[in-house]
Amino acid sequence: MAMTPDPARQGDADVIIAIDDLTMAFGSFVLQRDLNFTVRRGDIFIIMGGSGCGKSTLLRHMIGLIEPAQGRILYDGESLWETDPEARVRILRRTGVLYQRGALWTSMTLAENVALPLQEYTRLGRAEIAEIVSLKLALVGLKGFEDYLPSEISGGMQKRAALARAMALDPEILFFDEPSAGLDPISSRLLDDLILELRDSLGATIVVVTHELASIFTIGDNSVFLDAEARTMIASGDPNRLRVEAEHPTVRRFLNRSAADGAEAA
Amino acid sequence: MAVPSPAGTLAAFQNREKSLSDHPRHHGPAPGRFAVTQADDGGVTLQISGDWSMQATVPRSAEVTDSIAAAGSVRTVTFSAERLGRWDSALLTVLLAVRGFAEQRGIDVDPSGLPEGVRKLLHLAEAVPERSGARRTAAGRGNLLARVGIGVTRATSGLREALTFVGEGTLSVGRLLTGRARVRRSDLLVIVQQTGAQALPIVSLISVLVGLILAFVGAVQLEMFGAQIFVANLVGIAMTREMGAMMAAIIMAGRTGAAFAAELGTMQVNEEIDALKTLGIAPMDFLVLPRMIALVLMMPLLALYAAFMGIVGGALVGVGMLDILFSQYLNQTFAAVTLNDVAIGVVKAAVFGVLVAAAGCYRGMQCGRSAAEVGKAATSAVVTAIVLIVVMDGLFAVVTHILGV
Repeated sequence: MAMTPDPARQGDADVIIAIDDLTMAFGSFVLQRDLNFTVRRGDIFIIMGGSGCGKSTLLRHMIGLIEPAQGRILYDGESLWETDPEARVRILRRTGVLYQRGALWTSMTLAENVALPLQEYTRLGRAEIAEIVSLKLALVGLKGFEDYLPSEISGGMQKRAALARAMALDPEILFFDEPSAGLDPISSRLLDDLILELRDSLGATIVVVTHELASIFTIGDNSVFLDAEARTMIASGDPNRLRVEAEHPTVRRFLNRSAADGAEAA
Repeated sequence: MAVPSPAGTLAAFQNREKSLSDHPRHHGPAPGRFAVTQADDGGVTLQISGDWSMQATVPRSAEVTDSIAAAGSVRTVTFSAERLGRWDSALLTVLLAVRGFAEQRGIDVDPSGLPEGVRKLLHLAEAVPERSGARRTAAGRGNLLARVGIGVTRATSGLREALTFVGEGTLSVGRLLTGRARVRRSDLLVIVQQTGAQALPIVSLISVLVGLILAFVGAVQLEMFGAQIFVANLVGIAMTREMGAMMAAIIMAGRTGAAFAAELGTMQVNEEIDALKTLGIAPMDFLVLPRMIALVLMMPLLALYAAFMGIVGGALVGVGMLDILFSQYLNQTFAAVTLNDVAIGVVKAAVFGVLVAAAGCYRGMQCGRSAAEVGKAATSAVVTAIVLIVVMDGLFAVVTHILGV
């Protein structure tokens, strides 16, 4: 494809993830095609679009849960799928994922949930792991909840605990799948602040799937807009600029929360 | 295409409230009626009166369109609704049918004679056109060839998935044996407890009853020859060699296989399995392996226990009904049951353990992402396990016969 030269292959140190000509399909049903974008190191990158356009599916491709029908996903120039499974695990170990419903392991306490990645991938002793677990839970405001089961705490707390688990291995890249889904406005605002805080203090790159306008404008540095009708991306860039500058009316309507064409001019 | 504003729709509903409250409530609903009057210029007026609600008797749509059709060459339809009482969706469906009928024949419909609320709701119902291709078509349902094709592709992809699962399971066991798969001891112990100790009450009950039944059936036949004492042989050999393992396996299929499928299926729904995968932890090692190990360890013990309880059940019949001395019964059992029988029972039980755990975990891992899928997974786990158990038992019977053990 005669697109702009792939920045990842040019060794651009700024680009951490590059999506190269990606097609997502289930059998013969193509969900999205011709996706090309890059995520810069240290950015908060938003994947947005209407319901059912394939935002979460794109995220599941990026975290290696679904193999692309076509195209590549590159982490620092290394393709996620054109490599052996061990290398894939090594790449993915640099990431942490906060799932839509938290996805805490329900048979394990919060401490055990956060500790599992540490037990699997570090040589730390029991006491050190317990200290790190307490630290991570404290970072998300759940100090003292170590011995609770996920079912014993509220949905917002579950989400924060899941974030603590996602951060357990101090990942370079954090993925958030609809972080504010099912949260009240205050909790979701606090989560936004937490995301900004994490980026600024840990220097992590953060990829967020969301359609929450407030979040998009508060935290987003860069974004890509997927459209269900066109079955491809119809805009990319800083969401605050897309709001006024986007060429595609759907994007402007989405970002201005208007039902009909032309209404956003006001 | 302007969608009516929410305020307008709300007003429509409020008007409808008023029309409801204006109407005297103490008489039940008056039946909805209509009349078609014809003007000379090819226009018809549909007069609607009475209550057109889902609680009242209302003419069917076909009756209304038929009488419009009966009016001959109609060019426009207007409405008159002065004597309309309560109305709800029952009226709207009829009006939509009239509109559809008119559209087919190129007749103009003028809704201005209808109450404002009705007009707004009609407009809302037609505001968004049907998305092309949205309606499910019956393609492939009627065609025999297509049905066979769909069935075959489903079967082959199912077979491939099952083989993948078996392959991954084997690799996982290989990793365990070479010390590269770490099974969490705490998980294993919990599952061992769930599948072992906690299954004892139900296994006791069923096994004693199976022993009792075997002894009863045998006793009736053997009494005819005065050979009641051989009830001990029958029960002893049947329980150790065959029924102990079989009954324990079927109980575990219903109890533990279904539980495995439901648990893993729910983990699938909650993205918990995805969370494991993205951490680079193989669900096979972390979830399936401990369940396999637990059942392979516990099933032989349960089978032995079941055999013992079955023999106890047989002894109850022998001592209680057939006047055999307890010591006599015991001696006869010891003489009849060989180590071979016990060994075959134990080996079978271990194999059944693998089958039950594999069926449960496989169906759970395969589970789709909804509550209904979890139910299906649990059901098919039990069915798969029982089928596998019975088939495997048949294989065992053939093999032991050929080997002469």
